[in-house]
Amino acid sequence: MNWYAVKAIYLSELARTWRTPLQSIASPVLSTSLYFIVFGAAIGSAMVSIDGVSYGAFIIPGLIMLTVLTESTSNSSFGIYMPKWSGSIYEVLSAPVSAVEIVLGYVGAAATKSMVLGGIILLTARFFVDYSILHPFWMLLFLLLTCITFSLLGFIIGLLADGFEKLQVVPLMIVTPLAFLGGTFYSISMLPEFWQKVTLFNPVVYLVSGFRWSFYGVSDVNVGVSLAMILLFMFSFLLMIWWIFKTGYKVKV
Amino acid sequence: MSEYIVEVAALSKQYPSGHQALKHVDLRIRKGEILALLGPNGAGKTTLISIICGLVNPGSGSVQVAGFDVIKDYRQSRQRIGLVPQELVVSMFETVWNSVVFSRGMFGKGRDDAYLQSVLQSLSLWEKRDSKVMELSGGMKRRLLIAKALAHEPEVLFLDEPTAGVDVELRREMWRLVGQLRQKGVTIILTTHYIEEAEEIADRIGIISRGEVLLVEEKQQLMARLGQKQLMLQLQQPLPEVPESLAAFQLDLSEDGLMLTYTYDGGSDHNHVTEMLGAIERARLELKDVHTKQRSLEQIFVSLLEEA
Repeated sequence: MNWYAVKAIYLSELARTWRTPLQSIASPVLSTSLYFIVFGAAIGSAMVSIDGVSYGAFIIPGLIMLTVLTESTSNSSFGIYMPKWSGSIYEVLSAPVSAVEIVLGYVGAAATKSMVLGGIILLTARFFVDYSILHPFWMLLFLLLTCITFSLLGFIIGLLADGFEKLQVVPLMIVTPLAFLGGTFYSISMLPEFWQKVTLFNPVVYLVSGFRWSFYGVSDVNVGVSLAMILLFMFSFLLMIWWIFKTGYKVKV
Repeated sequence: MSEYIVEVAALSKQYPSGHQALKHVDLRIRKGEILALLGPNGAGKTTLISIICGLVNPGSGSVQVAGFDVIKDYRQSRQRIGLVPQELVVSMFETVWNSVVFSRGMFGKGRDDAYLQSVLQSLSLWEKRDSKVMELSGGMKRRLLIAKALAHEPEVLFLDEPTAGVDVELRREMWRLVGQLRQKGVTIILTTHYIEEAEEIADRIGIISRGEVLLVEEKQQLMARLGQKQLMLQLQQPLPEVPESLAAFQLDLSEDGLMLTYTYDGGSDHNHVTEMLGAIERARLELKDVHTKQRSLEQIFVSLLEEA
């Protein structure tokens, strides 16, 4: 293993985040805080509690997931797409590194940033809403697996994208709608029966449900199924990355 | 131990578009030499370098660096290679210092600030170490690319068109730097379409065209060909054949019998022009005109390309 290379990519990617603190940290924290204020503190007080949890507290896990999913995807895709776009990717491709080390560096940095972001949002939520965490270990595990999984997805998007617009398509047009419709703001048991079944095809449902269970011990789907689904997504994305590097598709000719 | 640091055997490459970039290329590069690869645009120079460095997958054939296969033993081969690409491709938001630290790490070497400092100093970039890359001039960016390529102390340095579009002063500076690196034992392969550049710094010159290596020759030998001169003697009367008394000079007679050509080494102090002219006089050949012609490396290059 070329750990020096992993460290070089990892630190370089984190440095990129710290160079743009407003865009990387402040902006997502601010926009999530607005949700807490509007849906938690303001409207939330007029809403009925769900599964015995106040509405303001109920949406916290979902909102963290929403931010973490989109930020992991876009940050990771941007991280690998920028050197591709500028041409400086030559240094990564000509270095004595394997795909494993490249992924560890880029995805590790993106996942770290998302974990930090998730932590900041969790702390920020405390200013607006009262909440508890029933299973802190599981909460951290769900958060970590989600950060890694969606950073892997972003990495794939960055490898395959051939324009800035395509970088944004998946985070904005797929991940965000899935997160909104995946039980971020509601329990799927509140939906008509038909839509409850349709919603089960939305992968984000399993992430939000499992994450929410780690907070309040209530979930829309079995927590074991949630964990299995996250692992399934993660290994699917890993398999896809392995194939891309093996064939050189969109990376080497 | 082989005397060759890079060995390319029967290397071919066809891009998905169908373009055959390399055709059965054989090339062996000696340790510590400076090899200039000359060729027109699209000749296959960059493809060849890219395959050796791992940027492009080879089609068929093999490439070894220091005895290590670039595919099977890519870690060992790549850590010996430094590459300076043709374009100014470097992350613009990094500082100069972070950029070279990144490069060293990528190639599996631990931090060595003293070495990196010496590299930046040798390239007159030390004062700019805290500047962002975007703040550097074009010449500085190019020097930074060299610093990045040297950051992991490579044994082989590939310079892909290092002086394309740079001013004369920077070009001279590059040549001086290349000379210094050679003195340290670094093998240098540069691609160029400036013949002057190849003449100035290379030990050997390779000419590549349409994916084929047409020749690889010592510069001195090529310079001898560069110094080759021809003395053209236009005759008043046509000759059926070269007279027996002039046979020793190996003169060429034109088809119409009106031109005798004597080829000699213009760079040498020991040619036989005087004796040959004396023999012409003794043979009572009447001359109408006399002129000389010198073949330049450029003409050799162009004629080789035309033949190809």
